[in-house]
Amino acid sequence: MQKEIPRAHRRACLRITLALLAVWFFISFGCSILLRDWLDATMPAVGNAPFGFWMAQQGSIIGFVLLLIAYAFLMNRLDNNHGYTKDK
Amino acid sequence: MSQDTLNFILIGLSFALYIAIAFRSKAGSTKEYYVAGGGVSPFANGMATAADWMSAATFISMAGTVAISGYDASRFLMGWTGGFVLLTVLMVPYLRKFNKATVPDFVGDRYYSKLARGVAVGCAIFICMTYIMGQMRGVGVVFSQLFGISITSGVIIGGAIVFFYAGLGGMKGITYTQVAQYAVMAFAYTIPAIYIAMALTGNVIPQLGLIGNYSAGSEVVPFLEKLNNINTELGFSEYTSGKMSTLNMFCITAALMCGTAGLPHVIVRFFTVKDVRAVRKSACWTLAFIAVIYLTAPTIGAFSRVNLIEKLHNTPYSGVPSWFHEFEETGQMAWVDKNDDGRIQYFGPGKSEEGSFTVFLGSKSPEYPAFDAPERQRIGKYGERLLANKADDSNPNELWFGNDIMVMANPHMAGLPMWVIALLMAGCIAAALSTAAGLLLVLSTSISHDLMKNILNPNLSDREEVNYARFASFVALAVAVYFGINPPSQFIAKTVAFAFGLAASSFFPTLLMGIFSARMNKQGAISGMLAGILFTFIYITYFQFLGGTPDQYLFGITPEGIGFIGMLLNFTVAFAVCAFTEPPPEEIVAMVEEIHIPSSHARDNDSCTDKN
Repeated sequence: MQKEIPRAHRRACLRITLALLAVWFFISFGCSILLRDWLDATMPAVGNAPFGFWMAQQGSIIGFVLLLIAYAFLMNRLDNNHGYTKDK
Repeated sequence: MSQDTLNFILIGLSFALYIAIAFRSKAGSTKEYYVAGGGVSPFANGMATAADWMSAATFISMAGTVAISGYDASRFLMGWTGGFVLLTVLMVPYLRKFNKATVPDFVGDRYYSKLARGVAVGCAIFICMTYIMGQMRGVGVVFSQLFGISITSGVIIGGAIVFFYAGLGGMKGITYTQVAQYAVMAFAYTIPAIYIAMALTGNVIPQLGLIGNYSAGSEVVPFLEKLNNINTELGFSEYTSGKMSTLNMFCITAALMCGTAGLPHVIVRFFTVKDVRAVRKSACWTLAFIAVIYLTAPTIGAFSRVNLIEKLHNTPYSGVPSWFHEFEETGQMAWVDKNDDGRIQYFGPGKSEEGSFTVFLGSKSPEYPAFDAPERQRIGKYGERLLANKADDSNPNELWFGNDIMVMANPHMAGLPMWVIALLMAGCIAAALSTAAGLLLVLSTSISHDLMKNILNPNLSDREEVNYARFASFVALAVAVYFGINPPSQFIAKTVAFAFGLAASSFFPTLLMGIFSARMNKQGAISGMLAGILFTFIYITYFQFLGGTPDQYLFGITPEGIGFIGMLLNFTVAFAVCAFTEPPPEEIVAMVEEIHIPSSHARDNDSCTDKN
């Protein structure tokens, strides 16, 4: 029993980390660099800005902030579920 | 009231505030000196880290870089914000759990080797030193403009102020001053942007203005379309599409992101909060505060580009606004009347056969005749300031301006009230001071804690260690001031590539493997680190200082982006060497397990909280 909690916790933690990093990669390198030309041409413009350009200069940064909020929320909930309550 | 008086008052007030805060939160123990006692609230730490992160160079020239290169500048915008995602999900919660004062501490303990610690200390000192030189120079330049003193005395005054509160106050002192500095910076950056957005697009929020309509002209057109048209008409490439290769763009962004996640002076900020939960929360605040400024920078860049061109292109010199003369005086703008029509023309590389748009020959920034030269050599026939450089007649472009002009000239161009300009000056100084102070602290702790205590003399007492740290910060600052006064020519600008490249190829992979791979041993880590650093170092040195030419680039990757390749090399070498050498000792494996457990509390009560 002693070792079970850390292991389960670590696996779940890794899942969250990888999922968030996948989103991170998609919005920064994916949308803003690799797929930019395609997105500019096919996606609807954001306001008057081409989609890929907007992602590179505004959207990705907003996305990063949201990612960190999601990370804090998911990880704190995970800690609670595994019984890692507040320190002291 | 004149502009100068107003500048004095606002900057004086902000200084009084910083020093009062530093004095109130003076550090007593090593723990307070290094990590502010470990009890800073996540919100305050977020603000302080954001202030630490926004250097004078970012504050002044980032918007200018965006204005000049449009889409291509996104690499900086994304690189310097996206790095925080890596930093938060992969690094700081675990390093905070490890609970030591510095980054080389972790490297030294995790890889049970003094050599590893030594390499890490060397990198940390190099990275911080290259950074702090630029900051001191920035402080000096702003002070000299403000008070009409020489740059030398400006740098010395700035150094004295930084020493006063960073050297004495330690982490605790600077954390709370940085909170105040962030507030000053954020106002100074966003208020001019709001004014200009209203003037050009009728939108109060600059970010909406950027994607909205341009309403200041005779007809309403989409703002970015207007900008693209201006650019193509004048012979520049379209603002919203870049000209950098996709691979290069990818590598530079990746190098900046991984570099950000490996910068010791950023990581150490998260050691100041209470526990792992607080680290996560604090990282959210940090990035949110940074985003306020990074989301505004592209709007300032785009707006001021339109503003600048509309105000200056094809304007007779006799009719230019008065701020143009001021910037001519300080050498930040220059006009060379190539076609002798008395009008300012601004053209891009598309208007000449050579594809260049340099205004004058020789150096990158204008040079002027000596003050005692005869008047006809100094003042042209329209009253403009003449340059000592010869005009470059291969293209029609006549207007030169420095990158930092976009932020500094913005309020002038938009005709904003004087207090906004004074606020901008105060913000600029806040940016330089906060970063310099943060770096100085990491430098001094690297020297006193990692070098003196852990490598040279382990018997150092707590008290002696803090004194060594103060002494080290004095020495480090003296060196930084020296290089601030005598910058190694173009060196400083080029070392940014160095700092990020080295952080990306040394700290980032080493820390990452140290946290996530219990199998990684010291042989692997050290050889990986050395391979990454050497490769990156040699590549950058060759192309930046030894005259390598762009056609020799590896896969067309510029030195800015080579840190990413260095990082891949580090990983490969480390895993290869690790596979053929013995695994790390048991207590290290246990230690790695330990840092993945978010709080010590649950471990003591395992039996009563088990849910699985």
